[in-house]
Amino acid sequence: MVIQVLMPALSPTMTEGTIAKWLKPEGSLINSGDILCEIETDKATMEVESVDEGKLGKILIPEGTEGVAVNTPIALIVEKNEEMITSDEATTVSGSIKNLAIQATPQKAPEETRNLQPKDSPPTGSTKQLTVRESLRDAMAEEMRRDESIFLIGEEVAQYQGAYKVSQGLLEEFSEHRVIDTPITEQGFTGLAVGAAFGGLKPIVEFMTFNFAMQAIDQIINSAAKTLYMSGGQMGAPIVFRGANGAAARVAAQHSQCFAAWYAQIPGLKVVAPWSGEDAKGLLKAAIRDPNPVIFLENEILYNQTFNVPDDPEFTIDIGPAKIERSGSDVTIVAFSICVGYALEAAEKLASEGIEAEVINLRTLRPLDSSTIINSVKKTNRLVTVEEGWPTCGIGSEIATRIMEEAFDFLDAAVKRVTGEDVPMPYAANLEALALPNAEKIIAAAKTVCYAD
Amino acid sequence: MVKSKKPYAKKSPEKSPNSKIFQNSRPRIKAEELIKYYEKMLLIRRFEEKAGQLYGMGLIGGFCHLYIGQEAVVVGMKAAANKIDTVITSYRDHGHMLAYDMDPNGVMAELTGRSDGYSKGKGGSMHMFSREKNFYGGHGIVGAQIPLGTGLAFMHKYNDDGGVCHAYCGDGAINQGQVYESFNMASLWKLPVIYVIENNRYGMGTSIERASAVVDLAERGKSFDIPGEQVNGMDVVEVRTAGEKASKWCRAGKGPYIIEMKTYRYRGHSMSDPAKYRSKEEVSKVRQETDPIDTLRDQILVAGFANEVELKEIDRQVKISVTAAAEFAQQSPEPDIAELYTDITA
Ligand SMILES: Cc1ncc(C[n+]2csc(CCOP(=O)(O)OP(=O)(O)O)c2C)c(N)n1
Ligand SMILES: [Mg+2]
Repeated sequence: MVIQVLMPALSPTMTEGTIAKWLKPEGSLINSGDILCEIETDKATMEVESVDEGKLGKILIPEGTEGVAVNTPIALIVEKNEEMITSDEATTVSGSIKNLAIQATPQKAPEETRNLQPKDSPPTGSTKQLTVRESLRDAMAEEMRRDESIFLIGEEVAQYQGAYKVSQGLLEEFSEHRVIDTPITEQGFTGLAVGAAFGGLKPIVEFMTFNFAMQAIDQIINSAAKTLYMSGGQMGAPIVFRGANGAAARVAAQHSQCFAAWYAQIPGLKVVAPWSGEDAKGLLKAAIRDPNPVIFLENEILYNQTFNVPDDPEFTIDIGPAKIERSGSDVTIVAFSICVGYALEAAEKLASEGIEAEVINLRTLRPLDSSTIINSVKKTNRLVTVEEGWPTCGIGSEIATRIMEEAFDFLDAAVKRVTGEDVPMPYAANLEALALPNAEKIIAAAKTVCYAD
Repeated sequence: MVKSKKPYAKKSPEKSPNSKIFQNSRPRIKAEELIKYYEKMLLIRRFEEKAGQLYGMGLIGGFCHLYIGQEAVVVGMKAAANKIDTVITSYRDHGHMLAYDMDPNGVMAELTGRSDGYSKGKGGSMHMFSREKNFYGGHGIVGAQIPLGTGLAFMHKYNDDGGVCHAYCGDGAINQGQVYESFNMASLWKLPVIYVIENNRYGMGTSIERASAVVDLAERGKSFDIPGEQVNGMDVVEVRTAGEKASKWCRAGKGPYIIEMKTYRYRGHSMSDPAKYRSKEEVSKVRQETDPIDTLRDQILVAGFANEVELKEIDRQVKISVTAAAEFAQQSPEPDIAELYTDITA
């Protein structure tokens, strides 16, 4: 009997990987638990243990091969002579491979938005291709080189290089004096960082994800956001709170939610939500330089996407203004973070049906750039808002209100919101897909406001 | 520390000092009980290995934290529990569910996100619950289950039902502030809760020495007057003995009790953790010298409670039921899309 060893999925977001090294040669005996090979994923190099026993009959994919899709057979294990494989085991293996084809549910494909560069305003100066992850790291590194008072603090930011590898290399460059691993004590280390900021240091607080910032939200709002006001302007907190926000892949209700609207409600906070690598780098640098608390909402699924990013270490993007990523005359689509990619994808498809959409990337959620939206609506007379967060009291609700207050007469249709469904995030693949915004939902909303459906 | 000697590996019982302890001073445990623990621990191990395999095939998604290496902790604590007792734990929860008698099929089907899962596929690996088994989850926020478990203990006391809550957390979680707020209330109000600290030496990639000023976690209740005990969590009999003692304390109305279980996780923190923060030698040393299943196996053989052939048969049966659970979990349909808007009130 021959057992196929399939390319494993080794992280929630992995769709393909590189076979870095075969640690067992063909013909060697394999016990369960033996390490067969090393695979580079989107995040790390992982060792792959055999779950089966037998002999490594054939290596199907040689080491060094890149872009091997998950579930591709990479090797064959055959029986060791001395041990029989029972028939029920045999059926499990072939049975589960068979099922796989039918049942593996398509994951949200992060590639969808890759390489969709804005049409109207290519970055000026020299650029290089970077992932969002690298852009964030470079932003921190450049700012830390400029200013000694900046330090990075959070769980697994130093030795582990970041739970999502965003702080890769920073410990090495800046030492443990400035790149600091904490215990799992969000309220404590957030309070500590805010106190240090009161004293004039410039902390960057990494939350492994913003879900865990809920432990610390009292210190963010009551201590960081309000002190400038409460002290009559004497004292504030030059601090950045950053980390992954929004839905990740298949991590269920407690690890998958968008906090944009929560923070955007708080006077005293600036709230930033980048989409592209350029956004990530330019806005993070601006956030670090800002003398006030900035909430910086990243997105795990975007970390691995590649964009052209300006090289210039003085490149920053102002906090506040939105960016028109695509101009159009028929309908305005306002989005932020990962939804910008969905909106651009929707705009392409709408264009093929004769509807020209203008896509606005908000970049900053507080202060909100109403005037860019209003000017666009004056031209298109129709508005769709897109966000992953829940509908009630969301960013879309706020935008709709402002448009009603300030541009009511320019509207030819009621504003339409595309949001995450009004439920906690379900785990099941089919339900999760339904719970999130996507290009199809945006297209449908755009057609509704254009009375084209 | 976890004993670094393999207690029952030596074939000649007369020559092994540990075996003498077993014969002389260890509690008398019936053969069928030890064998039951063996079967449970093996079930957890094989179940987790299978879960890892299904994850690799893309049938389980998101975060999946395996319990391999820590099996003796939950099985020993369950052995000390009464039917009325309640349980709550973190995201590393598959072993707990199996130990507390939840159905492997339902657990595996939840892992694959299918309608026959314990949460109808809506909770996944980290969020499973069972009213019937008094299992209150499966919680994803590090430390948050400790106040919740303290609340379950509050309920036991309020209802005067004689129950005790087993509230589990990790060596990383133990530093969260809400843990100490809970300790204070539990002691102040004499709540029947056993705080089971599963010290597997790492919180994600951070070793306990890098996260805790004081690494003796059994002492953490001291300033709240909560007794604490450090236990070899790789030995199911020692765990059970400690669990019984703690339960007795709680049921007598004396308040909370802390047990620090010295244990070890063999796999990465979750499926995507390459575990570069520890050496392979460290892992294989624990596996070889203190593996909880091997340890129990040797105890059973030395005591003559079963022979190799009988243990092999248990192994075979366990494999069959895990295989069946995996089949079940793949055959079960995805939840009906109407489930998106069920179980939500507002
Ligand atoms: C409040 C919070 N912060 C961070 C995380 C991310 N996280 C998940 S598990 C974990 C490590 C916990 O370690 P420990 O308590 O020792 O439990 P173990 O995983 O070893 O069982 C971290 C940091 C989280 N889930 N919740
Ligand atoms: Mg731990």
